[in-house]
Amino acid sequence: MSNKNGKVVGILAEFENPAALIKAASALRDNGFKDFDCYTPFPVHGMDRAMGLKRSKLGFVVGIMGLLGGSGGLLMQWWMSAVDYPLIISGKPFFSLPAFIPVVFELTVLLASFGAVFGMWHFNRLPRLHHPVFYSERFSKATDDGFFVAIEASDPQFDAQKNEELFKSLGAVHIELLQEDEQEVKEEPVLQTA
Amino acid sequence: MKASAETTALQVDDGQLIQGNPTFHTVSESISRIVEVKTTKAWYVLFGFFSSLALMFVVMIGYLFWEGTGIWGLQIPVAWGWAIVNFVFWVGIGHAGTLISAILFLLRQPWRTSINRFAEAMTIFAVICAGTFPGIHVGRVWVAYYMFPLPNQMSMWPNFRSPLLWDVFAVGTYFTVSLLFWYTGLIPDLATLRDRAKSKIRKAVYGAFALGWRGSHRNWQHYELAYLLLAGLATPLVLSVHSVVSFDFAVSNLPGWHTTIFPPYFVAGAIFSGFAMVMTLALIARKVYNVENFITMRHLENMNKIILVTSLMVGYAYSIELFIAWYSGNPFERFAFWNRATGPYAWAYWTMVFCNVVVPQVFWSRRMRRNIPVMFVVSILVNIGMWFERFVIVVSTLANDFLPSSWHYFKPTIFDVGMLIGSFGLFFTLFLLFLRFLPMIAMAEVKAVLPQADPHYYEHHGNGKEASV
Repeated sequence: MSNKNGKVVGILAEFENPAALIKAASALRDNGFKDFDCYTPFPVHGMDRAMGLKRSKLGFVVGIMGLLGGSGGLLMQWWMSAVDYPLIISGKPFFSLPAFIPVVFELTVLLASFGAVFGMWHFNRLPRLHHPVFYSERFSKATDDGFFVAIEASDPQFDAQKNEELFKSLGAVHIELLQEDEQEVKEEPVLQTA
Repeated sequence: MKASAETTALQVDDGQLIQGNPTFHTVSESISRIVEVKTTKAWYVLFGFFSSLALMFVVMIGYLFWEGTGIWGLQIPVAWGWAIVNFVFWVGIGHAGTLISAILFLLRQPWRTSINRFAEAMTIFAVICAGTFPGIHVGRVWVAYYMFPLPNQMSMWPNFRSPLLWDVFAVGTYFTVSLLFWYTGLIPDLATLRDRAKSKIRKAVYGAFALGWRGSHRNWQHYELAYLLLAGLATPLVLSVHSVVSFDFAVSNLPGWHTTIFPPYFVAGAIFSGFAMVMTLALIARKVYNVENFITMRHLENMNKIILVTSLMVGYAYSIELFIAWYSGNPFERFAFWNRATGPYAWAYWTMVFCNVVVPQVFWSRRMRRNIPVMFVVSILVNIGMWFERFVIVVSTLANDFLPSSWHYFKPTIFDVGMLIGSFGLFFTLFLLFLRFLPMIAMAEVKAVLPQADPHYYEHHGNGKEASV
């Protein structure tokens, strides 16, 4: 347990392998925990179900962005070639749909890809500067070979003592409190108004 | 901590994707170390050499802007010379990177994880080289913005019926999507480097690019879907890009260019040349950086099989082109192809056939597929052959056009040659920087294909604890 004395923001437990972590995650799910998360160096197969996560909605974002890209591309070409400045080029109609397809396709893919990447950032709240789990020194293992689970203090069932016992019974190899450093605990600065 | 090190250091059978029984930690260690230890002298020597070539490229481009495209060996009717040959060559090189990262991902080929990172890097650098050539080929670079649908003083818009315009969109999209795909794959590995960093600057820089990634499973869930969707988007994209490049030729009315086989033929050729380039780079990188356990003989053999298959496709395209030219009964078409094989550029044509069709046949033999010097030589020859393929297509068709009085023999100038060499300089400069500062193998992905990454692994191999959901 940490000996810092700042505000407690959560509890972090380390497990020795992906299987133990899955077991711990499903135990937390079955006990009705909500604000908890698992931290692994790579995506662990079967974790979605163990944590009781719903399907990601990213697919809808990508689909809508793709449709926007395609229809926007078609609209742009129609307006530029047939409305704003119509030119007869090799006797083709102003609105030459077959010749417009490549650009429509490319813009569909481009916007859908933006949707995939930046939609993922949005759902994951990335980029971010800080997160409570980074209070733990040990946590740097999460991008190497550590398998962690953390319950955040916002969870209604959060209780450092009880949660620690639960983690112990699940076979955690290391448990620590996530605590803010005391110096860092400051009130949000209040803006002065004249 | 000790316990976790022991339980993850489990024995792996021979014939696995990754050799040497690495633990999760040794994967991070052996890949990250490459960018953390002091840079070797050899790297500086190579970097000095290639960046000088890149500098030469930049200087020559400056001179080109000053003097105009006449410094190249261009003469009417050969208005498209080496610049376009180099453009098609470099775009083609890029395609293998996307094939490995996207198509093999969708086909659930886990062996790709060892090579996808640097194959994708290769794609991006190749597309940078490719994009340079049409950019500088326009002649009046100060009006290059005419290529984009931007409001301008003439209030005119680009001609959306032109394949050259499609090319702008296709290559632009390809570069952007490849970059996004590559960067998305890098995020977890950048976080690993951030967490291992000792100095403040490294922590800040890797930290900024890692976006605050913490390996949260709620993040992994969206991340994995984003990666899958990007792979799904990149797959038709890569096929479309070289198809559109081939439209630059196929949509025109010149004999030798105006053929419907061009899109699939170009795509197959692109994959063929790209795999050869990945092979060249992989063989050097695995030797220099001691990553033979990650890029194993199995990876190399699989790539050689793909080279053989695509070589057969390209060979088929060469022969069907000749057949159709004869079968069409069109004298101009017949002449174009007969001229390729027997005319003034026959030496280039037969170099192409030798390098692209004859040489890769050695890979029918398993012994040859697993012989490193042989595959290195073959990969270089294939790259040469594929450059000549584009040269044959572009130059031989243009040089002998409909009016024999205007025929002439295309001769490159020192600037043609210098810019080709310079583009290799740029490519390798970027690649060396990549090897120096970024993890060349996707650590998170390699960890995920280790046998101990599968939760079910512990049911059979056990570690004293029951492990099931």
